[in-house]
Amino acid sequence: MSGWLVVGQAALVLLGGGIVGLFYRGVDRKIAARMQARIGPPLRQPFLDLGKLLVKETVIPKTAVAWLFSAMPFLAVIASFTALLYLPWGPFGPVLEGHGDAILVLYLLAVPALAMALGGFASGSPLGVVGAQRELVMLVSYEFPLAVVLVALAWRLSTLGLGPAFSLGVLAQNPLWGAVGPLGILGLAILLVSLLVVTPAELAKIPFDIPEAETEIAGGLFVEYSGTYLALFYLADAVRTVVMAGLVVALFVPYGIAGPLGLRGAAAQVVDLLFWLLKVFFVMVLAVTTVRVGMARLKVDQIARGFWWRITALALGGLLLLVLDKVVMA
Amino acid sequence: MTEREPRDPNDPVLPAVEEVREAELRGVEAGLGEVFEVPIGPIHPAMKEPIRLTFRVRGERIVGVEIRTGFAHRGIEFMGMRQGRNLIQVLYLSERICGICSVSHPIAFTQAVERAAGIEVPPRAQYIRVIISELERIHSHLLWAGVAAHELGFDTLLHLTWRVREKVLDILEELTGNRIDYAIPIFGGVRRDITPEQYPKVWEAIRYYRGLLEQLLDAFLRDPTVEARTRGVGVLEPKEAEELCAVGPTARASGLRKDVRQDRPYLAYPDFEVKAITPADYGLTPIGDVYDKIVVRLLEVGQSLDIIEKALMNMPEGEITSFPKIPALLAYLKKAEGEGLGWHEAPRGEVIHYVRLVSGDESLLVWKVKAPTYSNLLSWYPMFEDQEIADIPIIAACIDPCICCMDRVYVVRDGREETWTKEQLLKLSWEKTRRLRR
Repeated sequence: MSGWLVVGQAALVLLGGGIVGLFYRGVDRKIAARMQARIGPPLRQPFLDLGKLLVKETVIPKTAVAWLFSAMPFLAVIASFTALLYLPWGPFGPVLEGHGDAILVLYLLAVPALAMALGGFASGSPLGVVGAQRELVMLVSYEFPLAVVLVALAWRLSTLGLGPAFSLGVLAQNPLWGAVGPLGILGLAILLVSLLVVTPAELAKIPFDIPEAETEIAGGLFVEYSGTYLALFYLADAVRTVVMAGLVVALFVPYGIAGPLGLRGAAAQVVDLLFWLLKVFFVMVLAVTTVRVGMARLKVDQIARGFWWRITALALGGLLLLVLDKVVMA
Repeated sequence: MTEREPRDPNDPVLPAVEEVREAELRGVEAGLGEVFEVPIGPIHPAMKEPIRLTFRVRGERIVGVEIRTGFAHRGIEFMGMRQGRNLIQVLYLSERICGICSVSHPIAFTQAVERAAGIEVPPRAQYIRVIISELERIHSHLLWAGVAAHELGFDTLLHLTWRVREKVLDILEELTGNRIDYAIPIFGGVRRDITPEQYPKVWEAIRYYRGLLEQLLDAFLRDPTVEARTRGVGVLEPKEAEELCAVGPTARASGLRKDVRQDRPYLAYPDFEVKAITPADYGLTPIGDVYDKIVVRLLEVGQSLDIIEKALMNMPEGEITSFPKIPALLAYLKKAEGEGLGWHEAPRGEVIHYVRLVSGDESLLVWKVKAPTYSNLLSWYPMFEDQEIADIPIIAACIDPCICCMDRVYVVRDGREETWTKEQLLKLSWEKTRRLRR
């Protein structure tokens, strides 16, 4: 593959990811509104929001550590968009396949959270500091179950000997559901549930939106951010939603429908891409929209305890079942 | 868990500021970590009105709070006491003390004036006042429930309760002409009758809320996340509630059977035998946390429905006011002399109005208003004790604060805020009493 082709693909993926992320955010808001018997904003509202934020004045507070405060939005947006390049887009493998693996994706998902926390600390506002502390507590709470899920799947794949197991592309090409026994299927289901619980936490959506918690700390991390910087965080959040949902799809439901429908060539690719977008959409609705509509915001200690005991135990249980399945199958 | 230890009976309910600071220092020395300040307000999304709460926190835990009020003082009593302003004009002002309890203040105010001037209120007018004030209670409690859900980050519940609240606002509009500021009580009666054509609409609304109440109780009280956020949060022990003179649902949630409608019945309330509602009526042991306050308020919606139903069935016939002509009323009030106290159980608790009239003057000599939040504000101190930052909005909201109604005085001299000591205030009060005696 020539270098220019990769650059072209990357540009396409980044642009597409941004548009899909913002559009899905609009859909999410619309669906949430309908669930609450409201009319809701038009679907293009996130684009309008972003555009408006970009033309607004960007204020850097006097008490802030200016360079850190200004650098963090860029870091968040770069990390989120880079993660897109390691995500399989339906029929198309990751653009940067072979230049980094699933572990890198985990880091890229964690970087925006860290950037937000640092930005909150650097903002010099007590509310920002509280938000940043909460973000870090959340990070150490949900990262472990997330890693367990990924490692469990990759380990099981590696035992099948189908190439580099820690590559999202390989994971997406070899769905495990058919390759394991009944115990393994149960284990995979449990891992799927844990990942779905981790998703809204990773994206800091209700009930896990404590770093922002509008009614408590007035936006927390973002309380001092405005204009372009806030727009960048907004964009990073939208893109991260696609990455997270895409990760769930890649790990657990990477199936296409073009094959069963008997399509070939370009038509198959288009149909599979659309089907992938549909799957990402459903994962988002399931793990983000419905959850945030149906729950109250939890407290930081409740979240930390929930993740450390229940969700970690759940994920480890899934891993154990996969191991047992391997033992039984062998 | 965040549950607070039961209070040592020897400890004062409100510790002195110095003691709190000392305890903080001891904590820092013991390696518990530094204490820093988190300002909430005067403008903050959790507070619908301007008030400043400065929290001293260690990590997420609150170790102290300082409450500063006075950002929304409007001087309504002062305006009402101005020379040349007649009582009808002041009635308008009293309606605008609170946008939510916009019939509670006029009810207390008209009662005070009626007692001072010796005016009888026809029974039908009393019934109409009761019906409107109970409808107001329903709308206020539903409003509060929605706000509480929003503070918990549960916006779906907010939208649900506020949607169903529309029905009672429609009924109020049907009966009085306004969604808020109903302008119903007037000295000696009410301004509008409830006509036979309006009865079916009110009955329909009652049926609507009866069917809905179970659903609301279910949505609020049996939701795991709401329970996780409100159980054991913002506990106000019965002793604390009693010592800090908490009123209304705030006191009742702590198990105190305290309700002006029950303790000092007024208007037509003796006919309805109102009983103060506590969580015990729902089969719970009252501990005074936020959950209990939700229980009390939702049950009171049912109680209000009962009262309205009974009032509609037993509505006496007759006049709706003893002074059909306003000039005659004003002439009578101008001659009246005396002092009077009026009280009412507003949705937030007991509201008291005191007036003093002098013969030959059509304006008030003294008008003193005590809004329920004034009594409830101090209960914030024990409620915030040892809680987390995340609990601040819901604890602040759980007394249903009405800051504008509560803000009584704010002294600024030469551009600087002045602090008044207890002795100074006492002296001021003596001076005022002496002025009144004259």
